[in-house]
Amino acid sequence: MRITLVIPQMLRSTVGGAGTLRLSLDEEATLRQLLDELAVTHPALERRLRDETRTLRRYVNFYVDGTECRALDGAATALGDGVEVRIVPSVAGG
Amino acid sequence: MSPSVLLVIGTRKGLWLARRNGGRWELTGPWLPMTEVYSVAVDTRGEPRVLAGTESPHFGPTLVTSDDLGKSWQEPEHAPVAFPADTETSLRRVWQIVPGSPEEPGVVYAGTEPSALFRSEDGGSNYELVRGLWDHPHRTEWFPGFGGQAVHTVLPDPRYPNRILVGMSTGGVYRTTDGGAEWNPANHGIRAYFMPENEYPEFGQCVHRMARNTAAPDRIYLQNHHGVYRSDDGADTWDSIAEGLPADFGFPVAVDPADPDTVYTFPLVADQHRFPPEGDCRIYRSRDGGDSWEGLGDGLPREGFWSAVMRDALCLDDADPAGVYFGSRSGEVYASSDRGESWTRIAQHLPDVLSLRAAVV
Repeated sequence: MRITLVIPQMLRSTVGGAGTLRLSLDEEATLRQLLDELAVTHPALERRLRDETRTLRRYVNFYVDGTECRALDGAATALGDGVEVRIVPSVAGG
Repeated sequence: MSPSVLLVIGTRKGLWLARRNGGRWELTGPWLPMTEVYSVAVDTRGEPRVLAGTESPHFGPTLVTSDDLGKSWQEPEHAPVAFPADTETSLRRVWQIVPGSPEEPGVVYAGTEPSALFRSEDGGSNYELVRGLWDHPHRTEWFPGFGGQAVHTVLPDPRYPNRILVGMSTGGVYRTTDGGAEWNPANHGIRAYFMPENEYPEFGQCVHRMARNTAAPDRIYLQNHHGVYRSDDGADTWDSIAEGLPADFGFPVAVDPADPDTVYTFPLVADQHRFPPEGDCRIYRSRDGGDSWEGLGDGLPREGFWSAVMRDALCLDDADPAGVYFGSRSGEVYASSDRGESWTRIAQHLPDVLSLRAAVV
């Protein structure tokens, strides 16, 4: 299946300036598997989204077709064909 | 004519560079904006390389390098400093970056939170965990201070590359003589007042900072969480040198690279009162190895200064005589070209200054 990953402006330098990536994943893939794929193809992006224990970074949100993944099944959230995953940094800090 | 000096200023919201050509300082920045820069280094063993440990609140920590004195920054695709999967641990912050011995020009060390030591052999681009320290049986008994549980000081011995000292909060001083396979605590004489059942434990001290003079590597200075010490035997034993200071609390300590008897510190009143005594901004200097001290304040704010100097925000360059620099949590940076006798403010209104390093370039 194919999904679209939307990259925020501040991370586009890690993927050659692209605003979106189109990725092919196995059927029934989850957000975790998407990030595992990124760790191979785009490691400079992936390590800004997860730490080395593969835990999602606290202040990075992953909207799966408009719903933040932590309101679903977190990294285990199932992705479907044609889904859009949007990376949105939290509004935080001072 | 004064040599050209690069001063690297790490702050809570990015990095600034101050460059002195002749008598004038020029400041550029912010570089690496919106990252906390707890560690910086200038490696002058070859062509100058600037290194910085940064932490983005959103995207985590990393370590970047510049080979053009800060005009551009590089880092590898994969995380340069990362814990191996079997440790089930993630990097919180790089607290210290230190070039290794001149005999090992590619070696760079990184001290981290959680407490660990990493070693690079490619000039500081990629690092590997030093397993001997990570696997130390004491590790489960180290615990975090206010700043976190971190290796914040790394002191390679310039004579013997296999001899390295590290300092951590808390945990104390540890020493290896075999390049990092075996480590032993080296805290004899350092008081841990917060452990009333045994105030002189084998380990567990809250070391804030150590400094070593490369010309006399067995002499080491140490600012503790209350207590200022000197060792003359490579950290076998420590003796108090706090007498003559207005307070024995503080964070930084730095030694003149050309004179092992000249040492600088910035006292704060106490653990529960972390301000300069009477709001008077003064660097304290000893020219006799800590046997006596004098407060130096010419050019500094002498009243109403309720800021502080962090553990890595006091440094010297390698000029002759060595320039002395410090930065404050209130975003000011001061420089002295006469061993602290007088000071000039070279930056103000920056974010909290966390780290400083200077070198002739």
